[in-house]
Amino acid sequence: MAFSADSVSLELGENTVLSGVSLKFEPGLVHVVVGPNGAGKSSLLKLFSGDYSPLGGSINLDLQSLCDHGQSAIARRIAVLPQQSQLNFPFSVYEVVALGRYPHDTGKVKDDEVVAAVLNAVGGLHLQDRLYTSLSGGEQQRIHLARVLAQVWLPSPQGGRYLLLDEPTAALDLAHQHLILKLAVDMAKQGLGVLSVLHDLNLAAQYADVITLLSEGRVVAQGVPSQVLSVENIQSVYGIAVEIIPHPSQSRFLIISE
Amino acid sequence: MHRVMRPVTLLVSLSLLLLASMLLSLVTGVIPVSFEEAFQAFASMFSGDTTLYHNQQHAIVMSIRLPRILLAVFVGAGMAVCGTAMQGLFKNGLADPALIGVSGGASLGASVAILLSSSVLAGSGFSNGIFEGALSQLNEVHYVLAHKYLVSSMAFLGGLAATAMVYRLGASSSGMSVATMLLAGIAITALAGAFSNLCTYLADDIALRRMSIWRMGSMSSADWPDLMVAGSFIGFVLVLMPRFGRVLNALLLGESEARHLGFDVSAVKWQLIALTALAMGAAVSSAGVIGFVGLVVPHIVRMIIGPDHRYLIPGSMLLGASLLVLADLGARTFLAPEELPVGIITAIIGAPFFIALLLKQRRLLNL
Repeated sequence: MAFSADSVSLELGENTVLSGVSLKFEPGLVHVVVGPNGAGKSSLLKLFSGDYSPLGGSINLDLQSLCDHGQSAIARRIAVLPQQSQLNFPFSVYEVVALGRYPHDTGKVKDDEVVAAVLNAVGGLHLQDRLYTSLSGGEQQRIHLARVLAQVWLPSPQGGRYLLLDEPTAALDLAHQHLILKLAVDMAKQGLGVLSVLHDLNLAAQYADVITLLSEGRVVAQGVPSQVLSVENIQSVYGIAVEIIPHPSQSRFLIISE
Repeated sequence: MHRVMRPVTLLVSLSLLLLASMLLSLVTGVIPVSFEEAFQAFASMFSGDTTLYHNQQHAIVMSIRLPRILLAVFVGAGMAVCGTAMQGLFKNGLADPALIGVSGGASLGASVAILLSSSVLAGSGFSNGIFEGALSQLNEVHYVLAHKYLVSSMAFLGGLAATAMVYRLGASSSGMSVATMLLAGIAITALAGAFSNLCTYLADDIALRRMSIWRMGSMSSADWPDLMVAGSFIGFVLVLMPRFGRVLNALLLGESEARHLGFDVSAVKWQLIALTALAMGAAVSSAGVIGFVGLVVPHIVRMIIGPDHRYLIPGSMLLGASLLVLADLGARTFLAPEELPVGIITAIIGAPFFIALLLKQRRLLNL
């Protein structure tokens, strides 16, 4: 059981955005996609979320093409956090998070429990009765994360659950960046497959089980962080020289620019 | 959180408001009717008692005021709920149901019908004599009715045709783009407006006055057949709209987000547009262009209970119906026995309210 892209290619207008990309992400692991701007990271995520369909290759969920699963069955198993939200109507925070329960028919009592649990998980329980439109950008992003978590918080009888995060840390301060990624790791421990696009290589190195490095629509390297984030790979993809040093107190490494 | 009322409280209050405005409207007018007489008129309808049929109050209540009030209920509720749906679909609280071209198209249809029927009258009419035999059988009452139904059916078809064109322009192989549709709506409305103006230019004085009165909106000629036709189209839409409460909430997040929550967004988009065209077409063709109800009513309800469409939709229906019943009461009493077009009243109340909204929004955005 897995969620995979099998040698997918994608064109948007005249541009080839992805060519021959394969990526498989499995329940229980945090899979991070990194790469420079324009490498095709968000487009790859949009293939998994069903917003785009591949020109060649296929996206498969449990060995079956994604488009053969019904829209509502997908919504009970796959939740997507967009880079930014267009919401500008004065819902309360509670109401926004409760939107994440729409795919499920679990009833108001259960839904309220889930909403409280996910708000607690993103550190937003105190915001529950505030108007969404009165929150800061970072708070809004956390509320959307809570909404997305609410969608896949409980096990689904239909199969494994997956979480797709498009740059979840972009609008957040240091503490909240780590809070969100720790949460992603927790969700993976509960059996979800997590796929996240990240820009910060050190965050990727710290939290990813598997990393895919994309450049110009192709996979440059794929594997555990220490293999993928090598001095040579970073030099060739980003064009900048870096040094990789061991973390002073933990068994991981740090990437610093020269 | 600044919510004035719980949704259920508001829905109950609005139901009472609607009932009160209908009763008030039933007993108020040039010829006074008491509550008791109105009640007797109702009772005779259900009991089949015919003794009251020649009573003046009975006739006023049953043949004039009741169909007119009920038409105002349907038209007001329909316009308000279509405004709610369009504001949700376009994710913009300043959207109006006229955006999809339906009112512009309906105006053009009505103008063409008025122009045609007046030229038929002028060319073949009562004085000319060619069709005198035929027309003398078709006495003036029939002529007026035929004219009225021609105008409303042409308006209805015009509204649907304009919306179909707007939808066609907004749709592509990759689905419907709301932004393109918005621009297409503006273009088609402008085009329809130009042709309406051409009709105005070609019209004689009588047709000209009819056209301009029609465009101001009025329910003064409402009768039972009008109500049956408009009521069944609008009623159909009123029954279906509440099913869209949840998906409209999800759409406020964005189209992709709504899809990720399991909704078939492209189907929902065309369904909402088709329902809006149907209800607005029926409303405009039976009552003319009545502005600001569809724009302002959803706003008032949203300010009171928030943007949850599961309550916003029924709330807008009830408030839209009450406001139009009251506006129409004003239209026939302010200058009694003269009638004001009700569109003038809704605009005089609605436009300042809309300006206040704009100012409030500007303050909130610190522009």
